[in-house]
Amino acid sequence: MISWSNLVSQLFNGLALGALLALISSGLTIIYGTLGVLNLAHGAMFMVGGYAGFVTYQYTESFILAVIAGSLFVMLLGVAMERVIIRHFYHRPHEDQLLVTFGLGICFVELVRLIFSSQSQLVPPPALFRGITNLGFMFYPTYRLAVVGIVAVALGALFIVLYRTRLGMIVRAGIEDSVMVDSLGINVYRVFMIVFGIGAMAAGFAGIVNAPVVSLTPGIGDDILVQTFVVVVIGGVGSFPGAILGGLIAGEIISVTSMFNPGYAYVMLFAVMTLVLVVRPHGLLGVQGRE
Amino acid sequence: MTDDLIRRGLSRRGLLQTTAGLIGGSMLPAMPAFAEDKPIGTYPAGVSGSTAFIGISVPRTGTYAVQGEDELKGYQLAIEHINSGHELIKKISPKTSKGVLGKELKFGVADSAAKPNEAVQAQQRFISENKAIMITGGTSSAVAVALNKLAQREKVIFVCGISGSNDTTGKDCVRYGFRQCFYGQTAAAAIGPVLVKQFGKGKKVAYLTPDYTYGHTVTKSMQDFLATAGWTTATNQVAPLGAPDYSSYLLNVANSGAEILINVNWGHDAVLSTQQAKQFGVLDKMKLVVPYQVPFIARETGGLMQGVYAATDYWWTLEDKFPLAKLFNETFEKKYGYKPEWGAENAYISFAHWARMCEEAGSFNPPDVIKTYEKGEPLPSFVGDVHYRAEDHQCVRPVVIVRGKMTQHMKNKEDYWEVVEVVPGEGLMQKPDAFGCHLGDYT
Repeated sequence: MISWSNLVSQLFNGLALGALLALISSGLTIIYGTLGVLNLAHGAMFMVGGYAGFVTYQYTESFILAVIAGSLFVMLLGVAMERVIIRHFYHRPHEDQLLVTFGLGICFVELVRLIFSSQSQLVPPPALFRGITNLGFMFYPTYRLAVVGIVAVALGALFIVLYRTRLGMIVRAGIEDSVMVDSLGINVYRVFMIVFGIGAMAAGFAGIVNAPVVSLTPGIGDDILVQTFVVVVIGGVGSFPGAILGGLIAGEIISVTSMFNPGYAYVMLFAVMTLVLVVRPHGLLGVQGRE
Repeated sequence: MTDDLIRRGLSRRGLLQTTAGLIGGSMLPAMPAFAEDKPIGTYPAGVSGSTAFIGISVPRTGTYAVQGEDELKGYQLAIEHINSGHELIKKISPKTSKGVLGKELKFGVADSAAKPNEAVQAQQRFISENKAIMITGGTSSAVAVALNKLAQREKVIFVCGISGSNDTTGKDCVRYGFRQCFYGQTAAAAIGPVLVKQFGKGKKVAYLTPDYTYGHTVTKSMQDFLATAGWTTATNQVAPLGAPDYSSYLLNVANSGAEILINVNWGHDAVLSTQQAKQFGVLDKMKLVVPYQVPFIARETGGLMQGVYAATDYWWTLEDKFPLAKLFNETFEKKYGYKPEWGAENAYISFAHWARMCEEAGSFNPPDVIKTYEKGEPLPSFVGDVHYRAEDHQCVRPVVIVRGKMTQHMKNKEDYWEVVEVVPGEGLMQKPDAFGCHLGDYT
């Protein structure tokens, strides 16, 4: 199975896989970096985004509307979650934060299961991106190619928000030192709410964009959450560029390892994560001292 | 005292014969009358009242959740029928009137998530706290194998749910475990000739294999059988259970030069990998085969099963051939609103057989029930008469070969498969010791 054409194919596939992982991970890492809350409901929110988009698609048959609805619904869900529950846990131990977000994740999953059952639900890709594209060295699903572009645009937009706006400056300052930001007179809790909403929206957006690639089930977020954590750990907790780098590395590891021995694809992923933790405990682009 | 007996007319030879008889008798393995009084496992504590408890562990979450729910419905319907003495259960277990041996069946359900440790923990609780007289579970051979070991250790009968691994009644078989459904070896032996007839000899095959006992043994059985027709393995892509994406595996498949894709994945893994195989154009280049059919896969893959060959335990249109199947389909559909898939069928018929074994043994005493199974008498099922082999506790039953129907040939929205052949079980089975089965002790 080892050949140059297969290697190029797998490298390309790793890029596409990594792009999606980067998008999902970016939301998780921004929330953790700013709020200090490790959101174990992130996978469930990714799933909810897919289902919200699926329902919209059922009524409108418009993929664009499905993407908008999926993203906005999860953003609102995130804001409501932050206002009603999460904010009461900012000053409580990390264990409590983990438990409450884990519990919320279970509630979301079971609620969706109650409504839609465990059976897979299909969201077809938009007509423009259906079929397969001949790249010369390989045939590749057109929609997956489009996903690389869509994710690049989305990550670009997140970059602009984080690095070219006042809000982004506050968020980045909050990631570095939230006490200092608070003492400068900035309503840090309002920022927290916005960040949680943006992070949730990234998960919801990824959920519906990913829906045509996979089939939706209530447990889809559980599977992706583990990979997302690995990406965040490799890239560096709280680092937006780290999430992108980590996502791409994870995608390439899974893809290229599977060419040699598919049974070791995930073993290699965790082996690399362990190696990174040994060599750079704060991740490749993480900063020491950051929560 | 000996001298006294001799004095009263008992000869020395008679005394020796009597003593030898008593010692020999005590060494005989569990005679029913003797065992009746001896507690074993949860017997007789579990049936000392007016009820008997069954521990059920099925995946209600995770990649096998859909199939687990279907299986659970089969169990629930069987228990309801046993407790009410329904006409269907009476046709399978004629002595059943209300409950089993007059005991109403109660049950507890645990979500195994197809994980062995969770299933074992749940069943250990049912055994310890509820004195479960029988346990069941599966929809993952890893779970089935783990529960086999638990059943043997705890001396509680395990009626296996869906499990396709050769190991379940092969190297991991136990005296206390029984499996009704078909498995890797019989699937391969049944579908293999159909595939060779359909596609010819000397084909190159790509396999998608889940990385645990089910996947490895089913793929091995298919490879072994198809090798006899000159089929070779172009690639075998082994993926973990619940893999979120199959793209890298499918690229290897696409580049392998295979002509046939045999997808051994199961549950949502099978649905996802099949859908993604379509996305990558693999299904346009290769013929798809599903050797161990997945309940609901035709509904969930939106037309991708059309023309696909699969081996299965049961398909509802068998009601045209088997009257019991018709009665089962009717009662199931009336209660749950859809045609039963083979998870429900396996669940129902497994419980019905267990009820019959208890009734015929006249006791819940596990060794007695096991020995009744081991008589190997013909038992009614939804695919004709079947029996359990004494040597490995595997049910000898037909395997049903189906082909996905094209939309224009479907008579109703659930008419997904056409039954191509019902292959009798006897000729499909390996020799009982071929997979290393050693059942272990009764007590």
